[in-house]
Order: sequence, then structure tokens, then C-alpha cells
Amino acid sequence: MKIVVCIKQVPDTKGGVKFNPDGTLDRAAMMTIMNPDDKAGLEAALRLKDQYGAEVTVITMGLPKAEDVLREAMAMGADKGILVTDRVLGGADTWATSQTLAGAIRNLEYDLIITGRQAIDGDTAQVGPQISEHLDIPVISYAQKIEIDGDSVVVERQYDDRYHVLKAKMPCLVTALAELNEPRYMTPGGIFDACNAEIIVWGRDKLVDVEDSNLGLKGSPTQIAKASDKVKKGAGEKVTLDPTESVDYIIGKLKEKHVI
Amino acid sequence: MNLEEYKGVYVFAQQVDNCINSIAFELIGKGKDLAADLGTEVTAVLVGSDVKGLADELAEYGADKVIVVDDPELKEYRTEPYAHALASVIEKYKPEIFLVGATAIGRDLGPRVSARVHTGLTADCTVLEIGDFPINPIPGREQKHNQLLMTRPAFGGNTIATIACPDFRPQMATVRPGVMQKKDRVVGAKAVVEEFNPGFTPDHKYVEILEVVKAVSDTVDIMDAKILVSGGRGVGSAENFKLLEDLAEVLGATVSCSRAVVDAGWKSKDLQVGQTGKTVRPNVYFAIGISGAIQHLAGMEESDIIIAINKDETAPIFDAADYGIVGDLNKILPALTEKLKAEMANKN
Repeated sequence: MKIVVCIKQVPDTKGGVKFNPDGTLDRAAMMTIMNPDDKAGLEAALRLKDQYGAEVTVITMGLPKAEDVLREAMAMGADKGILVTDRVLGGADTWATSQTLAGAIRNLEYDLIITGRQAIDGDTAQVGPQISEHLDIPVISYAQKIEIDGDSVVVERQYDDRYHVLKAKMPCLVTALAELNEPRYMTPGGIFDACNAEIIVWGRDKLVDVEDSNLGLKGSPTQIAKASDKVKKGAGEKVTLDPTESVDYIIGKLKEKHVI
Repeated sequence: MNLEEYKGVYVFAQQVDNCINSIAFELIGKGKDLAADLGTEVTAVLVGSDVKGLADELAEYGADKVIVVDDPELKEYRTEPYAHALASVIEKYKPEIFLVGATAIGRDLGPRVSARVHTGLTADCTVLEIGDFPINPIPGREQKHNQLLMTRPAFGGNTIATIACPDFRPQMATVRPGVMQKKDRVVGAKAVVEEFNPGFTPDHKYVEILEVVKAVSDTVDIMDAKILVSGGRGVGSAENFKLLEDLAEVLGATVSCSRAVVDAGWKSKDLQVGQTGKTVRPNVYFAIGISGAIQHLAGMEESDIIIAINKDETAPIFDAADYGIVGDLNKILPALTEKLKAEMANKN
């Protein structure tokens, strides 16, 4: 079985977001990580590899430094890493990104494609389903459990108040939730091997069945009209009181605001 | 693509188990405002099996027209037949704007449809308006009028971006539930109802539903609650949520939680507030033992009054709270519950 996992290098927002003096995001000052939903998707693929001997290829689109996230994936156990990078791909929205990744994946054999549900920088959750559309294969989003049954994949798809157990013939694309599993750590041997492993680098010329008019900023149907920092609501009062005084304080405020 | 051919504001009227989701009415409400600016009408697209009877309800909330796509294949939500339904409606009717709720279903369906019809899709919008693109005229570049300007938070709500889709139609957006206002229901209002079936022939993209497992839940939807008592990792354990439940009972409030609580398995996902959970706007939001990660703030900062209790005085939640109390929730909550009980008893 062959599995392709799409991963993205994203700024780590856990330690807080840092801003430039002009109010824009200071991406350079923020650490980067493998996007959490993607990492869960990779772990799911590696578990299928452990179970069935699958070959796992990780692919990312990004700047040359996104190579780091591929090496991390290989240190966890992925077999191959492919970096899709080219100046003409810059400024892509989800349409152009999904076109690019689909064009790259057409070079590969695959039974299963796994992507994270969404990336923590954009939160759109669009690229996975859009790749499946371009490749004309079924998609199952929000997987909380993935199993293989012969030539099919059986997935628990999470919804608000329910989940569906769905079965699709492979090839199929599945988007993973971070809750799917607890990703494994890189092993020392894996880190050593990954440092020396060859990363396959593809540019525009390797993309199959994609027109220039669908790539990068020019191929993006959505365009940014305006971007700004969110105006923060000012902090209110902050008090440090003993428990009894705290209770009186809260009740006083609830009365003042006619809540009680 | 001849952009002039595309007319009208269309909304996806999501239903589950033949019950219309509140987001459908919110989209109609916003759609009416946009349609008024454009001098056009709002059409609701109702997709399912035996759903025609629901069309009147959409009319009562303001839909001028309802297109019903009714087929046994559409009984339970599945990506492919639903994507085929919407893409076929778009190809036949050529809407200028197509809005979908940013629900679990809408966020799965929207991307697939937008990729099929080749247009842009802006995710999780919180503001929609009609305006010019570019917003300010740029010499040597055409400024297009009557464009849908779609505003959405990114980076866990730390930045906001306004997006346009000037060269493709329809202009598609998924819209965050709980943000747009419904119009008042006009009982007896009628809409033009049109049935449309593009044909549903299962192919390799149809997935098989083996089982539908519904979570047993008798709790109020946290998005409808007037008062939320919300707990975070600082609550310490699933058992300790009893303190929050007791307080909620006295106030007639509902308990919700942060992502850390769901990840720890203390509470179910449907109670989660935040970027990957639900957006809530209650009258009062108690943030108890919640540190206030940006992803959490994105889901609750529009609450009218935010009261935070946290023992860490540097917790970011205090920057968002109207009233912040630095202290031990284990001591404050039981005392608060008791005192409120007495207050309520006096009042009655």
C-alpha cells in the first residue's frame, strides 16, 4: 500500500503570537512546527505502515526552509520527502495550492492520501477536499479513526453530535483531526537518517496537468482586499481578593449588570 | 466566464434529520441585506430526502425563492451527492453569491463545490458586505463595484483579512454560525418553490455509510445559552467540573469548556468553545481556569460580559475579561454558588 501525506510548516502559536512594531505578524520571530492536524495524519499513516508495511511519502509546498518539516516527518518514520517549491507558486490561495499539490501527486502512485483537516495559520480546511476534487477521488473529512478493509478504507467521521462510519474504495483522500492520535516522537536513529536523507525537490515543471493560470497569486480566485491586526478589546478590571470578597465582587457585578 | 450572467444571492439551507439548522436562517438574514444592496433576491437551496415540507419555514425567515433538490441518495449527508447537488444548482441558476454555513458539513462541502465550479471560497467569514475592489482606487487598475467583501479572522483571531473574488462567480463564502442575525419570522410568508433534480447515480466518489452513531446528549446547545460557565485545564479533573455544574444550575446557565478539556477527555467536543469548537456570544461568559489561548478567545470574545477566575495573574484571559479575579476556583466557586442560592431565594 502506498500512502501520501500532505504536511505544512506553520508558525507555532502556542507560545503566543509575536508582532512587528507596525502591527503585522512577526513570522521570523516565531518558531515553526509541523501543523498539528497534519502530524496526526502522518501518525495515522505510520501506524498503517507498522500494520501493513505501507510506503509513506510526505509532501509539502512551501519555501525551501520547509525542508525541515519533511526531515522531521522522515525522522518519525516517513520513507520519502518531497518539497514542491518554486517562485511562481508564491501567493497561492487554497484553489492554487490544491492545484499545485494535485499536480505534484499525479506523479506518484497512491492508495490513500491523508491531509490534516486544517492548518493553524489559515484555518480554512479547504485544501484537502479540493485536492480530492482535482484528482477525482472520494474525500472523507474529520477522521477520528482510520482502518483498512481490503481495497477500502473505513473511517469514523466526526460531526457535532454524531459520527458516521464510512467506507470508501481506495484511492481516497482522508482529512485527519489532531484528536485522531498521539503522534510518536522522532527516534535518535531516525533523526540521524533523516539528516542525511535526500529530499526530493520539485518545481513548476514537475506539476502534471496544471495550467499556469491556476498557479500562485495569479491563479488564485480570491484576493486580499485588506489585512489588518484585530483591534483588541481593552482589558477590564483585574482584582486579587480573598474568596469571600471575590464572591461579593462577582455578585456585585452581576447585580450591576442586571444579570441577577 | 461572463460575470454579468450571474445573478442573485443563494444560501445553502443545511438540514440534518429533516430539521433545518439555525445557520440557514442566519444566512437568509444576511443574504437579505446583501440582496437589498444589489437589488436582487435571496434563494435558499434545500438539499435532502423528503425535505420539500421545510420550504415554508425558509420562506418565513425571508427566502424569496426555495430550490428543493430532493432525492433518496441525499438522506444522510455525504460529500459527493451533496457537492453534485450544489454544483448543479450553480451551473443551472448561475448565482452571483453563494453562502454556506461554516459548520462541519459546510466546511467539508464548500471546498469540494468551489473546486468543481472553479471559483474562490473564503472560509469562516464573520463580516460580509457589498463594496468596491480594490477598496481604494489604484491608478491603472479597474475598480470593480458591487463586489462581495468577505472578512475573516486568521491566525486564531489575531489578524483579520478582507477577501474579494473579483474575477470568478459565484463569490463563495462559508459563514461562521452564530454571527449573522436572523430576520424576524413572518408566519405564513410564502416563497416560490422550485424542484430541481440533476440526477444522482452512485459512482466511485460515493462513500458507503456503514453506521450513524449519535452522541447521547440532553444538554442545551452552548451557542444558544444566555450564560455559560466555561472551564479549562485549571479545573483539574472531570470530577471537579461538579463545581461549575453547581454554579450553572443556580444561574440557569450551561457548562462549556476549552479545547484542553476535550483533549483530556473530561468533556465532549460539542461543549468546546474556540477556533476548532463553537463561537459563542452569551450575555455572560464565566472563564474558569481557562488560560485564554488565542484560539479560545476567538470563540468567545464577543460575549457581552466576560468574568474570569484564574490563579495565574499573568493568564492572557485577563486581557479579554471585563472582570478578572485572581484566585483559587476551588475556594471561590462553592462560596459563590452558596451565596447565589441565598440571593435567588431572597428574590423569590
